[in-house]
Amino acid sequence: MHRLMDAVTVLSVALIATVLFSVRRSHIRVEYSVSWLAASVILLALSRSEVLLNWISGELGLTSPPLALFLLVSCVFVVVIYRLSVVISDLKDANIAMAQRLAIVEFELQSRHEKQ
Amino acid sequence: MNAATATENLLILIPAFNEAGAIGDVIREVHEVLPSAPVLVVDDASKDATVERAKSAGAEVLRLPNHLGLGGCVQAGYKLAYELGFSYVIRVDGDGQHDPRYIPELLKVLRTSGCHMVIGSRFYNRNGTHTSAVRAMGIWVFRLVLRPILGQPVHDPTSGFVGVNREALQVFSQSFPLEYPEIEALVVLQRKRFRFREVPCEMRPRKAGRSSITAVKSLYYIIHVLLGVFVNILKFEPRARKE
Repeated sequence: MHRLMDAVTVLSVALIATVLFSVRRSHIRVEYSVSWLAASVILLALSRSEVLLNWISGELGLTSPPLALFLLVSCVFVVVIYRLSVVISDLKDANIAMAQRLAIVEFELQSRHEKQ
Repeated sequence: MNAATATENLLILIPAFNEAGAIGDVIREVHEVLPSAPVLVVDDASKDATVERAKSAGAEVLRLPNHLGLGGCVQAGYKLAYELGFSYVIRVDGDGQHDPRYIPELLKVLRTSGCHMVIGSRFYNRNGTHTSAVRAMGIWVFRLVLRPILGQPVHDPTSGFVGVNREALQVFSQSFPLEYPEIEALVVLQRKRFRFREVPCEMRPRKAGRSSITAVKSLYYIIHVLLGVFVNILKFEPRARKE
């Protein structure tokens, strides 16, 4: 149990460090780093608080706190991934609309050029 | 290209992706049937000589800057056609499967029946040749699913040989499914209470290139389309009032 929680702590700290490094290098925009940082902080808090984890596993009716930790980790990352899927969908829609508009504008410019 | 001077305000739309082997013949065949109808090829960032062949055959070409897939490609053509003021657009595939001799019949039904979309159907009074067994099975599944949703039978829901009037053009230029658009487009129309008709026609084997829907992709295709159909039904959008 303790080894698992220590591992999650290391993972959380590594994730926070990676995200901050990526933001500093402009590999991730600040607005998208927030989800990952929030997720990492939640994991860090859970991994450092055995009392909190025992309470959550009790509330969920789980006899094993590691199972509760695994469940919470999964939920946190599902939320982050879902949020990113929404962002990607919006970007894809915008990209398609922009590509279509660009093609139409180029077509119209070409038509005007040929008429002159 | 001008809607005001075009024959019957009609635009022939040909989406194309790497169709250099067939596109020239398709355009020439269209011009034989409708000599003065403008032909717009929407090139979905082909890597072959599609654009050059289309231009030399007498078509105008709308070049997409990057590959968008069939739905994005067709919608780009619909958007341009709507902005140029065309009243009717008939879509013909660039692989030579659709026989342009049926275009006048599609246009006639579109103009006289009052429906918003016509579908060139290979199964309506015909035997549906040149269709693989897997695709035929998929079409059978789609027919079963679409019948209660559309409130009328549709014999060939996967046909890309379609004509639309200006009202449908407006809807499609704003909202058009991206992947495998034919079936989902029917649901989009149904949500607007628009009507469609099928016109019997024969399809030919493709002249060149390969279908984007391979046997491996067929199962994914069926699941994707069915999911898309149900998502389209569930989409929140105020419905057009029935006239």
